[in-house]
Amino acid sequence: MNETKRLCDIEVGENAVVERLTIHGSMRRRMLDIGLCDGTVVECVGRSPMGDPSAYLIRGAVIAIRDCDSRGVIVRGI
Amino acid sequence: MGLTAKSTGSGVLSSDIRVEKGSPDDKVIVIAGNPNVGKSTVFNGLTGLHQHTGNWPGKTVSIAQGTCKGREFSYVLVDVPGTYSLLAHSVEEEVARNFICFGSPDAAVVVCDATCLERSLNLALQVMEICPKTLICVNLLDEAKRKNIHIDLGKLEKCLGVPVVGTSAHKKSSLKKITDKLDELCGGKITPEPRRLHYIKPIEQAVSIVEPVLKKHLGNVISARWLALRIIDNDSSLAEESERFFGKNPNDIAEVSEAVERAKSLLAENDITSDCLKDRIVSCILLNAEEVCGECECCEGCQNAFSRADRILTSRFLGYPIMLLMLLMIFWITIVGANYPSELLSTALFWLGDRLGELMTLLNAPEWLNGLLVDGAYRVLAWVVAVMLPPMAIFFPLFTLLEDLGYLPRVAYNLDKPFCKCKACGKQSLTMCMGFGCNAAGIVGCRIIDSRRERLIAMLTNVFVPCNGRFPMILTIISLFFVGGAIGFAGSLLSAAALTGVIILGIAMTFLVSKILSATILRGEPSSFTLELPPFRKPQFGKILVRSLLDRTIFVLGRAAAVAAPAGLAIWLLANVTIGDTTLLNCITGFLDPFGRFIGMDGVIVTAFLLGLPANEIVIPLIVMTYMQQGSLAEIAPAQMLELFTANGWTPVTAICVIIFTLMHFPCSTSLLTIKKEAGGWKWAALAFVIPTVCGIIICAVIANAARLFC
Ligand SMILES: Nc1nc2c(ncn2[C@@H]2O[C@H](COP(=O)(O)OP(=O)(O)OP(=O)(O)O)[C@@H](O)[C@H]2O)c(=O)[nH]1
Ligand SMILES: [Mg+2]
Repeated sequence: MNETKRLCDIEVGENAVVERLTIHGSMRRRMLDIGLCDGTVVECVGRSPMGDPSAYLIRGAVIAIRDCDSRGVIVRGI
Repeated sequence: MGLTAKSTGSGVLSSDIRVEKGSPDDKVIVIAGNPNVGKSTVFNGLTGLHQHTGNWPGKTVSIAQGTCKGREFSYVLVDVPGTYSLLAHSVEEEVARNFICFGSPDAAVVVCDATCLERSLNLALQVMEICPKTLICVNLLDEAKRKNIHIDLGKLEKCLGVPVVGTSAHKKSSLKKITDKLDELCGGKITPEPRRLHYIKPIEQAVSIVEPVLKKHLGNVISARWLALRIIDNDSSLAEESERFFGKNPNDIAEVSEAVERAKSLLAENDITSDCLKDRIVSCILLNAEEVCGECECCEGCQNAFSRADRILTSRFLGYPIMLLMLLMIFWITIVGANYPSELLSTALFWLGDRLGELMTLLNAPEWLNGLLVDGAYRVLAWVVAVMLPPMAIFFPLFTLLEDLGYLPRVAYNLDKPFCKCKACGKQSLTMCMGFGCNAAGIVGCRIIDSRRERLIAMLTNVFVPCNGRFPMILTIISLFFVGGAIGFAGSLLSAAALTGVIILGIAMTFLVSKILSATILRGEPSSFTLELPPFRKPQFGKILVRSLLDRTIFVLGRAAAVAAPAGLAIWLLANVTIGDTTLLNCITGFLDPFGRFIGMDGVIVTAFLLGLPANEIVIPLIVMTYMQQGSLAEIAPAQMLELFTANGWTPVTAICVIIFTLMHFPCSTSLLTIKKEAGGWKWAALAFVIPTVCGIIICAVIANAARLFC
């Protein structure tokens, strides 16, 4: 079994499955809105010139998320 | 870009959900969908209107309506901002949700993205929960085909229980299916049986406690099941909105709140906390979407992904240089392209002015009338059209091209980190891009920013991006004073570089002021940021050219007529009314002169800026008119204009100060009104007036006094 880590820590090109969200309030709703809930497969597809935010492929759409927000998403590598 | 007269006036501001029907039998159809799936394109195709579209999420921020005819019914179509779900967050999403819930549409069209069906279905399922009469329009089929994604529309229809049509919004013929199906849907020929979402047992039980009570009190106006779920879910903004709609807040009804309490304790018994409840609801919807999608979609190729172009455009070393180069290139093409038409227009319009003057003499019109109309109103108008119109008419198609291509979200992505450092939102760069067109439009565009604090910062700093009324003005002065003799390729490139420099200064000021604001009156931490990066799309060249040229021309002409002409009139009057032995105009400029000198300009320039409050386009013509003293504006070639300015004491330092003050001074009156309305209070409009003005005054004063010291 792969170990869990934070979404912001996965490398570009790496895939992962969402385990749980540890953020609350509006950011949690935002994440759920874009389809990030338990069991969703995510791929990190790129980083911006200054290293933050990063772009993720989530349910067929590329979405940029800041590190401080993706820190609250716990994923398991696949 | 939001650049028509309508989208820059105060018309865009209303978040009202009132719909104007042509006749009572008209059916109201709401067009909903995720951001950037082509809702506005579908809307335009059906209604023949020209809502602005663009390849970035958040293009439409308010409600637009238009009519179209089906075979049986006439429809009033309502284009709403894109949303990811109906659990609204940002202002523009709330606008959409309120309309779907409380605008009582007869039916809803949910536009879906065929290349990203699963996510689109997420919203579709939610809309179907509220409004059973839903039509699913799977758009972007051409793009899906290119990506080897096949969608079985028949099966989708079965899975969802509502009618489904497939379209490619650019092809008008594919849109006919929508009205055909709407006819059937509204005529009762199809009875939709929308797929019902089944939540886990405790949630269903909780809903069944509240639902009947709501039905009893509020009637069957909107889906009680849906509303019950939202109330249990503590959606306070929805409760407020329903208070406006029903006249009472459901939470204030004793029986309802008692039922909600019971439902909540039932959930608590089952270990479902409020965060957990939300998760359960959302994952149930997502699972349904996944399931439907799995049955109907067959994807052989790849889905949307980060392309190679994306990697280059956002790479560590090339990301910023490319952005700069793009800006430089756009300006350069604008400058080169505007040169000739500008000369032509100027000659033609001033020739016409002379003829008008002759006509007046022929008709024996009194001298003052001739002065007032021809020398005053007409000449300023002609100047504005000749000098301002060509650069705008070239800049905007170019800019729209980049927008349609999908470059803007990449800019926001690249620039998010610096904005985050200033505790602001990366989407602010999208609103700044809009600001190039019109600051008022940029300010309305700030609705895409979720947090109120960050939205206010974006609104207050939007004016640091020179709008179309100001950048030709900066350009004029640059080419007069700094490019001078250099003409041809080198000259135009130099002008473009200088203009780019000015823009960069504006951007730097935006960062600085954002930072100061978030450390003082708008203190707070940066909130979350998620931004979808849509795939690059081929722009519709022909359409862009025609639309933006037409829109631009009409917009500029309309504004010139509304503002430049009266201003010309006013200045002519001021210059011809005398008190004692000086004209009124001289009195004013004389009074402002010491202050003007202090900030490196003179009284005339300051007066012109003040009179230019309604529209910045008229500042330079006003300056020229005042210098010429007779209070009228003759045709002026660049060389003569330079001569006139130098004769009135302009030095390169004056020119720099004027450029800087053009970049940083109070926004035009329309922008101020927009800020007042969007931010909710004159306080913010006053701040928006003071902040850039103070910045401008300080910088100009420093430059002017330093120059005096050292030269
Ligand atoms: N290839 C292709 N492009 C399309 C189609 N429909 C829309 N587009 C393009 O997709 C982009 C987005 O279209 P809009 O109509 O602005 O999208 P919207 O849903 O109104 O977006 P928001 O107002 O931001 O929510 C534009 O660049 C359109 O030209 C289509 O069927 N095929
Ligand atoms: Mg739109």
